[in-house]
Amino acid sequence: MNSSIVSIKNVSFNYQERRVLENINLDVPEGSFLALLGPNGSGKSTLIKMILGLLPLQKGMISLFGQNVKKFKNWPYIGYVSQKANSFNSGFPATVFEVVSMGLFGKVGIFNFLKKHHKKRVIEAIETVGLTEYTNQNIGELSGGQQQRAFIARALVSDPQLLILDEPTVGVDASSVESFYGLLKQLNQDKGITFILVTHDIGPVTNLVTHVACLNKQLHFHGDTYEYEVLDNHEWSSFYGHPVHMMDHQH
Amino acid sequence: MIQDFLQYDFIRNAAFVGLMIGFLAPMLGVFIVVRRQALIADALSHITLAGIAASLLLSKQVPTFKMLNPVYLGMAFSVAGSILIERLRKEYKHYQELAIPIILSVGIGLSVVFISLANGFNTDLFNYLFGSIIAVGTSDVWMVLLILILVVIAVVLFYKELFLLSFDEDQAQVSGIRSRFIHFMFMVMVALVIAASMRIVGILLVSSLITLPVAASIRIARGFKQTIIIAIIFGETSVITGLVSAYYFDLAPGGTIVLLAALILVLVIIWKKFRYSFGTNSKVGEEA
Repeated sequence: MNSSIVSIKNVSFNYQERRVLENINLDVPEGSFLALLGPNGSGKSTLIKMILGLLPLQKGMISLFGQNVKKFKNWPYIGYVSQKANSFNSGFPATVFEVVSMGLFGKVGIFNFLKKHHKKRVIEAIETVGLTEYTNQNIGELSGGQQQRAFIARALVSDPQLLILDEPTVGVDASSVESFYGLLKQLNQDKGITFILVTHDIGPVTNLVTHVACLNKQLHFHGDTYEYEVLDNHEWSSFYGHPVHMMDHQH
Repeated sequence: MIQDFLQYDFIRNAAFVGLMIGFLAPMLGVFIVVRRQALIADALSHITLAGIAASLLLSKQVPTFKMLNPVYLGMAFSVAGSILIERLRKEYKHYQELAIPIILSVGIGLSVVFISLANGFNTDLFNYLFGSIIAVGTSDVWMVLLILILVVIAVVLFYKELFLLSFDEDQAQVSGIRSRFIHFMFMVMVALVIAASMRIVGILLVSSLITLPVAASIRIARGFKQTIIIAIIFGETSVITGLVSAYYFDLAPGGTIVLLAALILVLVIIWKKFRYSFGTNSKVGEEA
């Protein structure tokens, strides 16, 4: 079975006069790990917000799990860790437990309260990301890497089939980044969760992504990792608009 | 001693109302402070003053208005002000904090004009500015009780939504929460609580009852629920102690309550510093 979790067809987007996305076509197969690459301002976050229904569809078509995004209701299927997650108000008085339980609010629904089995799910999600001993600590007391894990737990708790991460490791120290991606790999391979990872640096993730898409207003390349590695420096330079140096990041 | 304190009707009324706003103001205050909107309470209290001044002016011109508790018109102004603030924040997306000084100055401007039209200051108005226990009547008790019931029901029912919306608006939207409705409802609650607190602490001091207990609680609480509970405990402590000591030492209740809340805040800060320097359970990355 290799159906598309996300399917984007001929999507364009303008912010007022400025064209941010131009005729994007992209398919994310089930169980894949897609890295969405691009320089700053390339429209990565815009595309993500459109997938999440946070920005209106101006032109083209997006379907999630085979359903038009405009009519899509199963938001608990999708976990999202925003770029903002690492610039949140770190003085916010909420424990890791409270932050993670927020991930269930959409599922629990209005006028309802968290029940025992919900709380069990929260504790399990915290365990999955290895933060059990911090369950009752305030989120602001954790390190950047730990906070990011807490946000992953919040995205995981509703049992999503797709996880979208927007630059999740900005501001996280290098040693935590490695174990963080280790966690993502495990979630992708053991739980079969499909991933879309927005990043401007593919280095640390080369050994876990299965598909790569390069965005700079237009989608320049979309395929599996093998084809991506064959791209030479020249093609990269034309994509970024300036010379780039390829580095080998295999650990 | 407490019996002595409660023997007068007006003091009993003040004590009831005090207990209720000592609960309400810090509870909503937690949501306001974590959204970094602490000054909204000031803007709304000043617009409430305009409503009260308008009501006092009308009661001079139109005899039937004498029957009306001025707080009602104050409340109407406050709710209208909260809606205006929201509209202004949308209008000035990149200068959202502008909405607060705009509404605040319009509130003062209107108040001053209404007061001058009513031929100046009187004791009544003075009571609204700084609070007074004598001014609290039975109708105030019922009104505040009604607000208490409505607000508590709304906060319990929409706790998840209010919490998520305060923490992370994007995530709230992804979870399918109707953020605009929740936000609007919250602003109306704040407007009502501010108008309700007016009688005891007064317009100029209302925002302190909303922010000071929260400022103290946030230093020591673990988690959001605990922050709310401790803020309410601090709020109630300052209101009860403030009212009793205002009665025995003949002080202005509003000012006494606020100073006690400030004293609690200072003690908490000192205690936290002390524990942080000598304590064994200092937390990871606290000062980072």
